[in-house]
Amino acid sequence: MTVAGTQRDESWRRLSPRMLLVHPVRELGRYIPALVGLVVAGRSVGDGELWWLGPVGVVMVVALSVLRWATTRYRITPEQVQLRTGLLQRKTVATPTDRVRTVDITASPLHRLMGLARVDIGTGSHGSGAGGGSGSGLLLDSLSVGEAAALRAELLHRSVGPPFDGAVGPSLGEPGAVPFDAVSEADVPAVGEMDTELARLDPRWVRFAPFTMSGVLGAAAILGVAWNLLDQLNVTPTDVGPVRGFVDHLQRTPIWLDVTQGLIAILVAVTVISIGGYVLSYWGFRLSRHSHGSLHVTRGLLTTRATSIEERRLRGVELGEPLLLRAVHAARLSGITTGLTSKRSADGGSSLLLPPAPLVVARAVATQILRDPAPVEIPLTAHGPAARRRRFLRALLPAFLLVVAAGAAIWSGAPLWLGLAAVLTIPVAAMLAADRYRSLGHALSGGALVTQQGSLGRRRDVLECDGIIGWNLRQTFFQRRAGLSTLTATTAAGRQGYAVTDVPVSMAVSLGNHALPGLLGDFLEPEAPEVGALNGPGSRT
Amino acid sequence: MQLRDPAHLVSPRAIVFWTVRAVPGWLLLLAGQSLWFVVTQDHVALRVAALTLTVVCAAAHLIVMPHWRYRVHRWEVTDNAVYTQSGWLTQERRITPISRVQTVDTERGPLEQIFGLANVTVTTASAAGPLRIHGLDRTVADGLVAHLTEVTSRSEGDAT
Repeated sequence: MTVAGTQRDESWRRLSPRMLLVHPVRELGRYIPALVGLVVAGRSVGDGELWWLGPVGVVMVVALSVLRWATTRYRITPEQVQLRTGLLQRKTVATPTDRVRTVDITASPLHRLMGLARVDIGTGSHGSGAGGGSGSGLLLDSLSVGEAAALRAELLHRSVGPPFDGAVGPSLGEPGAVPFDAVSEADVPAVGEMDTELARLDPRWVRFAPFTMSGVLGAAAILGVAWNLLDQLNVTPTDVGPVRGFVDHLQRTPIWLDVTQGLIAILVAVTVISIGGYVLSYWGFRLSRHSHGSLHVTRGLLTTRATSIEERRLRGVELGEPLLLRAVHAARLSGITTGLTSKRSADGGSSLLLPPAPLVVARAVATQILRDPAPVEIPLTAHGPAARRRRFLRALLPAFLLVVAAGAAIWSGAPLWLGLAAVLTIPVAAMLAADRYRSLGHALSGGALVTQQGSLGRRRDVLECDGIIGWNLRQTFFQRRAGLSTLTATTAAGRQGYAVTDVPVSMAVSLGNHALPGLLGDFLEPEAPEVGALNGPGSRT
Repeated sequence: MQLRDPAHLVSPRAIVFWTVRAVPGWLLLLAGQSLWFVVTQDHVALRVAALTLTVVCAAAHLIVMPHWRYRVHRWEVTDNAVYTQSGWLTQERRITPISRVQTVDTERGPLEQIFGLANVTVTTASAAGPLRIHGLDRTVADGLVAHLTEVTSRSEGDAT
């Protein structure tokens, strides 16, 4: 198995044996309903002679997870990372090491107790990765913290880093004795390596949490689960004492008081949940740049997460300024990374570079990452009156339709306040349209395409021109009539395509031509203003 | 600054192909409305109006769409780039450098085989940017694929 001349250990390695403690516990938790069912079934059939069903179920689950550990192996050769799983149906997933784009190390509280960490190796292949993959790439669940960090260093810095001595066996201390931030401790740079800190969580940033949507989503999720649970347990909410009292209280008090109380209660719940979510996801957040050319993000209160992104895979950043965050001068930052599709997970997933933080901090961090302040500071080119008309038309048309519908409803007997509410949507829509136009714009700066759009979810995308692999110039029927188009720069990174919306056609073509010189040259219409020059010397009198 | 159209039209047989392909959808709708006629007796005026509207829309769509598409659908391959244009109401032009091309596929559905047509799909490393040329003559498509395969194999790098 070993290639002569290398010191690498290329033999198959197992996951950490400590997984034997984690896995069965987790699997048992997952199968609790089935196991309870087995126990109950065993007791109730006949005279209970099937009592052994329950224990056998437990043993089976434990045996299966032991088997999974015993049959899972991985190895790293100079060319490939390979993961082999399965007993009867053997499966080998292999991925070329030079295709490794990101390495994510996560550790749930149970993992941390055992000094373990999950390693998620992202390769950026589209579609679902096979077997042990987690969407795209390989998932090693789990290695000891030390092994995980060493593996990450090996995979990301293989071109320059020291060879990986496979015998990383010696684990860091006893299980359970691993320090809180073991994931980052294990990352202590060796001699000659530098780890520059770019940002660190300021606890005061937690004040931005209520201005994100996470609280609303979290509250909705909790409510949904609670409702489902009550439904499953056949409990009618009004039968529960406190709820009963609450409903009685509502019925005794006037409706405006109910509404006010309800709003305050929702507001408080959303605030508490969003702050909790922020702390859970981003506590201990730290962004640093490694001298080998990678960015490291570590974060998380209970489940810790360490993400490494190779800088040469980083094609730009997205500066997200949703309306509420903008109102308190805050923004969040995520990376545009080749092979790392921006999945919209609540906490930003692996592409997160900065949680909701003051706008000045977000801009400063973006500047440090891009090594150029221009793309985030530069004033953008507006898209002109046609684009403005289109913003207003698209916002006002639904509002007017709403008014018409409300009018029809009132005519057929609906209360009058419905019409008032519908009319009120018009100024709101107009303000939205004005803000959407103000936000709309693009620029070329420092070899990067900058595009910004949106109001409720305003986003400024900075995409290196080197990362652009094509143009889509799209015109709907109405855009053609308005002389506008949507120019999308396609890329292998992040969202796969970054759009410059409703830009005049000539501006779009000129932008594309400047961003990627040469590509559009063959397909340009001969310039109309130069007709005079084409007439030749004879006509110039 | 404006882009010109790509140089080549697709096969004229594509017009008939697009027409035939659009027929089943309309037939399904008409069948549904006929069923409505059979099942109920009232709202005669409404049913007649709906049926008439469907027939008119179907006729307009089947006559206008294929010819419009034929005028829009164009393609061009140079030594540097692939350039396509497609659509009718909504039109889209896509351009990608040859150096970024990852795969070139050709594909023939059963209906396309009857008309001797083929699709060519040029993919890049971006999920947002495959270039599709619909309704090419089969021999032209084969020639195009051979040409693209040859040209792209000359360029290096992993095309991201």
